[in-house]
Amino acid sequence: MAELVIETKELTKRYGDLTAVDNLNLKVYEGEVFGLLGPNGSGKTTTILMLLGLTEPTSGSVRVLGFDPARQPLSVKSRVGYLPELVGFYEDLTAWENIIYIAKLNGLPRREAYQRIERALKQVGLEEVANKPVATFSRGMRQRLGLAEILIKEPKLIILDEPTQGLDPEGAREFLELIRKLKGQGITILLSSHILSQVQKICDRVGLFYQGKMVLEGSVSELAREVLGSAYRIQLEVQGIPEAIIKALKGIPGVQDVNHQAPDIYEVQAKEDLRAEAVKAVVEAGGKLKGIMIEEPSLDEIYTRYFEKGGMGK
Amino acid sequence: MRSSKEGSPWTGLWAVVTKEMADHLTSARMQILEVLIALTALGTVYAAVQEIRAVIGHDPFLFLKLFTVNKDPLPAFVGLMGFLVPLVAIALAFDAVNGEFNRRTISRVLAQPIYRDALLFGKFLAGFFTLAIVLVTIWLLVMGLGLLSLGVPPRGEEVLRGLIYLGACLFYGGIWLALALLFSVVFRQPATAALASMAVWLFFTAFWGMIADVLAPILRPVRFGLPEEFLAQIQAALALSRLSPNILYSEITLALLRPEVRALGPLLTFQLQGAILGSPLPLSQSLMLIWPHLTGLIASTILLFALSYVLFQRQEIRA
Repeated sequence: MAELVIETKELTKRYGDLTAVDNLNLKVYEGEVFGLLGPNGSGKTTTILMLLGLTEPTSGSVRVLGFDPARQPLSVKSRVGYLPELVGFYEDLTAWENIIYIAKLNGLPRREAYQRIERALKQVGLEEVANKPVATFSRGMRQRLGLAEILIKEPKLIILDEPTQGLDPEGAREFLELIRKLKGQGITILLSSHILSQVQKICDRVGLFYQGKMVLEGSVSELAREVLGSAYRIQLEVQGIPEAIIKALKGIPGVQDVNHQAPDIYEVQAKEDLRAEAVKAVVEAGGKLKGIMIEEPSLDEIYTRYFEKGGMGK
Repeated sequence: MRSSKEGSPWTGLWAVVTKEMADHLTSARMQILEVLIALTALGTVYAAVQEIRAVIGHDPFLFLKLFTVNKDPLPAFVGLMGFLVPLVAIALAFDAVNGEFNRRTISRVLAQPIYRDALLFGKFLAGFFTLAIVLVTIWLLVMGLGLLSLGVPPRGEEVLRGLIYLGACLFYGGIWLALALLFSVVFRQPATAALASMAVWLFFTAFWGMIADVLAPILRPVRFGLPEEFLAQIQAALALSRLSPNILYSEITLALLRPEVRALGPLLTFQLQGAILGSPLPLSQSLMLIWPHLTGLIASTILLFALSYVLFQRQEIRA
């Protein structure tokens, strides 16, 4: 089993009467992308701040890379890169000046810092505008600058709070692509988001938050199986005798349900990807296959369904 | 609790100080203040020189007169500084901490391997050093203008007294810097923090003297008309008025720049026995007069800073 990067035990944070994080047990392993997902105010940011030692937990314990953020904040913060929600910069300073300040705060020697900054800016595609004041930057550029700033620390763990917040869909896609590349370099990534569909593709595992509790945890397909029952929906466009086709599709082992949605359109619900079997069955039943489409389970649907059912126990 | 944490609380302090100082020295705000201050120095010194030439012939402390002599309608240099130093100090710090929150840079900076201590103290030091640069510049400007226009070099004691006055100005500014920093921790809006600092300054400048005069007879009433009672009342009024940094500053100025001043409170006849009236006090004696004032200024600066430190440590970082 891979090494534990983040581990919290019974982690709790209260602000007066409000319990922001409630007995959280979170485990994140080396090299994975873990998504903290949930609506605003569900305790994601508070959790992140406790992981960084920026807020003291009310009770419970945290280990990040083997350190306790409340006792050894410097060790944690020098190894972890953190991109806050809607990150801000010193507007009058250039991108370069903003990062060099962070490099100095990290105690990087000048020459080393210059090399790392150059590399990081290139990696996020901002080397052209390094000497422009940040005031002229778009939201997407700021977000990428924030990422560059994290990279100069050469972190083992990156924590991103709502990284796609305020980005247009194209900008969000590009940014997530950057994150995916970082994963390829062996960096562990923890990210939070309230837009489930946007980040589900890059997360290996997710934890769904609701009112300070992590109510669901696992990979997207695991969660789909658990909550939706059937994780995959296959849509087929077939010309032929409906009764025969439905019968053939229902006969495939693993198929849970078949719906005849429209003339010639059939939907198959299954626990696995049964496209090949479905095609074979349709053809054998004498149908003419015109098209096939698979709909992967969406986190949004899992989330909504979970709460419709009133939160079924794990 | 802090002692059980790893590393020095001052890690990254100099990075903060250099960055903040660079910001101060290049900011438009600072440039406006510099122009204002240069005008002050030029105007008051020009007026003082004219007055000195016309009125005062021989004085062993000719150079110190540059600071204290005024020609209507302009106040003397020290008077203007009593007004400008707080202004500059407040301008340097009123958005120090809340500005970081408003720009959403606070969590990014504190996510670096530094403690909050370094950020707050770095900001204070940067303001303090910037203030020092400004004050030294004006001081040199005044001395230089004096050399040019008076045509005589200052004596060693004059330079020394002038330098101590410079240091006193700096610590007087330190109070207002610490106060503005405190308000920048307390108030989320920089404008509110600036206004609050100005309000405190105005309170001490305009109203505190009056309040002290009202309070003193209540605390030390004159019941039988004895001289002791009158003296006690005057001393109570003085002690109360000295709670104001402005009063401390003006008394320090008085003792340092006008060596003939023998006491800052009521002077009794027996204290003047054997004294040659009008003869200056030696520097060491003038220093004795203002020593409590200086410690008072520094102590209140430290107190205010400590208060903002405690509040900042407890502040939640999430904006």
